[in-house]
Amino acid sequence: MPIIKVENLTKDYTNEGVLTSVLHGINFSMEQGEFVAIMGPSGSGKSTLMHILSFLDSSTSGVYEFEGKDTKDFDKDYLAKLRNERIGFVFQSFNLLARTTVLDNVKLPLIYSNKKNHDDLAKKALADVGLSHRLDFFTNQISGGEKQRVAIARALVCDPAVIFADEPTGNLDSKSGNAVLEILQKLNDKGHTIILVTHEMDTANHAKRIIHIKDGMIIDDELVKNRTIASPDKELKK
Amino acid sequence: MTIRSLLSRKGRSFLTMLGIVIGVAGVIVIISLGAGAQSLVLGQVNKLGSNLLSIQPGKSDPNGPPVQAFGVVITSLVNSDADALRSPTQVPHAAAVSAVVRGSATVTWENKSVDTNFVGTDSGYPNVVNFTMQEGQFMNQPDADGSANVVVLGSTVASELFDGTGVDPIGQVIKVRNASQTTAGGIPLRVDGVITPRGTAFFQDQDDQIILPLNLGEEQLLGIHYLQAINVKVDSADNIDRTITDITNVLKQRHHILTDKDIDFTVRNQATAVDLLTTITSALSLFLTSMAAISLIVGGIGILNIMLATVAERTREIGLRKAVGATNAMIMRQFLLEAGTLTLIGGAIGILVGVLTSYLMSVLMKKLGFDWDFVISITSIVLAVGVSALTGVVFGLYPSFKASRLNPIDALRYE
Repeated sequence: MPIIKVENLTKDYTNEGVLTSVLHGINFSMEQGEFVAIMGPSGSGKSTLMHILSFLDSSTSGVYEFEGKDTKDFDKDYLAKLRNERIGFVFQSFNLLARTTVLDNVKLPLIYSNKKNHDDLAKKALADVGLSHRLDFFTNQISGGEKQRVAIARALVCDPAVIFADEPTGNLDSKSGNAVLEILQKLNDKGHTIILVTHEMDTANHAKRIIHIKDGMIIDDELVKNRTIASPDKELKK
Repeated sequence: MTIRSLLSRKGRSFLTMLGIVIGVAGVIVIISLGAGAQSLVLGQVNKLGSNLLSIQPGKSDPNGPPVQAFGVVITSLVNSDADALRSPTQVPHAAAVSAVVRGSATVTWENKSVDTNFVGTDSGYPNVVNFTMQEGQFMNQPDADGSANVVVLGSTVASELFDGTGVDPIGQVIKVRNASQTTAGGIPLRVDGVITPRGTAFFQDQDDQIILPLNLGEEQLLGIHYLQAINVKVDSADNIDRTITDITNVLKQRHHILTDKDIDFTVRNQATAVDLLTTITSALSLFLTSMAAISLIVGGIGILNIMLATVAERTREIGLRKAVGATNAMIMRQFLLEAGTLTLIGGAIGILVGVLTSYLMSVLMKKLGFDWDFVISITSIVLAVGVSALTGVVFGLYPSFKASRLNPIDALRYE
């Protein structure tokens, strides 16, 4: 059973009476454990697709099956539950809580979950991204690369089925960007399913499969042949 | 989590609380001042005694100023009128009757002179007016009702003449002359007693006066043969109206008055004065309450301002929380808790500040010589805290209402 299956997915925006169609019928599916990069130029609809798949936004029409269930039957509270338990999202602009410590940021999803031992789970997630030494630092006291790693730890902390990353290296320097992709690859090696959105080929090559999207439609879907494996001494080419 | 969230935006939390503190404290102080003023005014009236009627010469509106206030001198009220009112058959409910003349006087003892006021009255005076003797005794009946050369001093006059001399005023002989009499000397009077300080009544120092026999004051000091007032104490509040009628009938007969429009006296009911004053102070209180309401509105606008200023930021924050799994209900609860905590703490501080300020003001007023009561109205506290809390909670919840309708990504991108 594919973990994500999408059929004829469309998305329209209406802004002050003007209708803009962003997605024109997306079809694809993904299995558990995959590492997929959705790649396309600016305005291609890749981020929109990502938001719909991660339940941050809703589609206009089409079918979206998540873990075999049709999502159109999901109510708001169930969607919130999914966002908490089954999805982890990493934003390009980090979206951390200001004036809050690293540890508290990672604990945020746990507050809305049924899990106990928030401190232990959060510390473990931060250890996985190599930030155990930054627990009590405030978000304005850490670097961009570290912020993105905090965001990844937050996305991980509830042990999600799928991790979505929207241009995770977009606001980072090459060294930090490389470090982030290294973490994502390691997580995938451990079995996490990862969907990455990017407009850069070099980033996309860190995944195992690339879906090319342009003008709201999928134009190609290929497996990566010469996959780039991130390692500490490398730098991300930009 | 609520406390940490509030502490993380210290500046905004503080400003919101400030709005509530100002609103609550403002209401409490303003209403307390109004209540204090009212009790001061009513207290003054009650100090003079209760169930009192005052008969004054000349016809005037019993609720308005006496004719004398316009400089008119009426001579129709005489000593025998007072005697007539003492008749138990004609005015059965008069517990005490006292005739009064007043004027200003210069009092001298040894080489000291003070200007003060005098009251010439009879033995009925202590039964009509409330006071006690600090030293000695009031004029005894034969002395007061005759023209004995005795006097009772108010505490201010006694202090001015005798403080620091080591001499006991009782038994001393002072000289009293009318301020308008230019001849030196004056009438020698023996001091029989000193009145316990009574403070100010209607902004007049009741202790700055001396009391001497009616006839002495009338004939020797003022050179008149009429009275300026007759005061009657009624035995019970229920009999006041009846007694007014009795007094009116007696005096009409004595003054040979056939029609009411010829009446040449006015019977004033102190109770009516109290009612009038209560009306005035109530109007004042109403005015002050309006000020208090404005204070609450100002505080509320302050709260609204702060909340609105942070709506965009908080909507984005809500978007993030929803993205990691918060439901609308959870968001609402969080914001309710935050707003509730802020308003409650602000309310508590406001109450503290309000009560403390009111207390300090009452201390100040007492120091200035006013008989001010420290009054706190529980209603005002409940009202103030209630309104402020409502404002804080409603406006605090606003972002969560706004964001609840948005998809997480739209809330995240909200500007």
